[in-house]
Amino acid sequence: MSLTADQVRNVARLARLGLDDDQIAEYAGELSNILDVVASLEKADTTDVEPMAHPLDLAARLRADRAVPVTDRDDFQAIAPATAEGVYLVPKVIE
Amino acid sequence: MSHDRSIRDMVAAVAAGKTSAAELTTHYLDRIAAHDETLNTLISGCADTARERAVAIDAGAAADTPLAGLPIAHKDIFCMRGTRTSCGSRMLDNFVAPYDATVVERLAAAGTVTLGKTNMDEFAMGSSNETSFYGPVRNPWNTDYVPGGSSGGSAAAVAAGLVPAATGTDTGGSIRQPAALCGVTGIKPTYGRVSRYGMIAFASSLDQGGCFARSADDCAHVLQAMAGFDERDSTCVEREVPDYVGALDAQGDDYLKGMRVGLPKEYFAEGLDDASRQVIDAAIAEFEARGAEIVEITLPHTELAVSTYYVLAPAEASSNLARFDGVRYGYRCENPVDLEDLYTRSRGEGFGREVQRRIMVGAYVLSAGYYDAYYLKAQKTRRLIAQDFTNAFENVDLIAAPVTQAPAFKLGEKLDDPVSMYLNDVYTLPASLAGLPGMSVPAGFVDGLPVGLQLLAPWFEEARLLGAAHAYQQTTDWHTKRPAGFE
Repeated sequence: MSLTADQVRNVARLARLGLDDDQIAEYAGELSNILDVVASLEKADTTDVEPMAHPLDLAARLRADRAVPVTDRDDFQAIAPATAEGVYLVPKVIE
Repeated sequence: MSHDRSIRDMVAAVAAGKTSAAELTTHYLDRIAAHDETLNTLISGCADTARERAVAIDAGAAADTPLAGLPIAHKDIFCMRGTRTSCGSRMLDNFVAPYDATVVERLAAAGTVTLGKTNMDEFAMGSSNETSFYGPVRNPWNTDYVPGGSSGGSAAAVAAGLVPAATGTDTGGSIRQPAALCGVTGIKPTYGRVSRYGMIAFASSLDQGGCFARSADDCAHVLQAMAGFDERDSTCVEREVPDYVGALDAQGDDYLKGMRVGLPKEYFAEGLDDASRQVIDAAIAEFEARGAEIVEITLPHTELAVSTYYVLAPAEASSNLARFDGVRYGYRCENPVDLEDLYTRSRGEGFGREVQRRIMVGAYVLSAGYYDAYYLKAQKTRRLIAQDFTNAFENVDLIAAPVTQAPAFKLGEKLDDPVSMYLNDVYTLPASLAGLPGMSVPAGFVDGLPVGLQLLAPWFEEARLLGAAHAYQQTTDWHTKRPAGFE
């Protein structure tokens, strides 16, 4: 399986990874090699096998819907790249 | 010397007033100062808080706790309030955790003193500790060699006697493999045994916290404090934690007598290095000499483990790591022109190559048109692999096998060849996919480099693993060996 530069560019876009053309070319080769290894899955007979999403086959545990104290906003915003008056700042989204 | 004492002895000595938490803390911090410039095991230090904490413990702050005064280190994947928690990544180089992981909280409540946070492969993705933003860890047995990964810092720190015990996490072998390569004892509990709350997620259906120490008895003490239900982790299992330490105390010399130990033939086939095989054979002979019944078993879907894992783990990683967007915490690129630029450049610059590779593999296998062929298919082969173990454990009590195909490799040897690095994990991935508990126990050396014996037990039978490893360590001394220069 060989991925083209355009396919890698598309995957990088889906993953929101900003990569330059040299990086795209390198990743194309590496990802192709990885997908070659993964391709051996095709050979496995999985007729009537249920997909396994959880190693213990347990259903997600439910909890009571009640408010619990959490670390306060100041603590979380102290580590943010940019905040003002309790909100996170990002580049202007709407012109 | 103080750093060769068991955890049991150290804790008893502190309790009896024969030594103090401050003395222990100083002893290990001095060793870190002397050796860690070479090894690079600790990346987020907390020496000052450790000294303060030790003084507080000596003043009675942790009275009646099981591990009062015990120095430990945490893998830098566990959030620790007020301390940088980097996960080995530039992305979190400036991240000071606003809360404690449950593992950190429980070990602190048990009386431990945290000396530092250990180096690791970036976001736990790697088998050599070379993908860390902070540079590789070096193997104390030979500093030209890798310590294994991803919990390489924890394993190397324990091996070098820089700390008596350290936490780690295992997604596809990240506790067992570095434990093997560094010659220390490591345990990865059953998925769900230890809370994942505050442990930075890589692949949520696989990640499990555990620990490294010098012996099974030491590991039992640490695991005892870590394990147990936590309502803040929805996958943590509500099930009583046995008395691991008490069970070892009560264990007789005949513990292995009559135990059925299975050797999976797929783990002894082509690929296993001859010299490593001899070490494993000798370890198994010791089990047999102690009365264990050795039987050959088959885990026929073993060959699917690498491909299954390298679909599922990257898929989960691409989803988990979507949260690192440069908005609320972590790395943000300079002068983003718009929101898209903020996301793509922060992630392009903040993540290293191996992490980007895995995110892209994950995004690819989950993308439209490929989901059934890769992700769904891998979930099915995962069941086949898990079913192999269910079948095997109908006939045996324990599985014994190598951890790796060969001892540690040289720094740089596999770094440019991701596929060769991935294939290295072939003996540890199956148990991870099945969610089983596993250990690596020091079993000997090849050319001066340690070899680990892997033990696997049925789900939630950590006590049996610890018991078998402890029994083995009563008549062997591989676990007591110390690398030259670190005595």
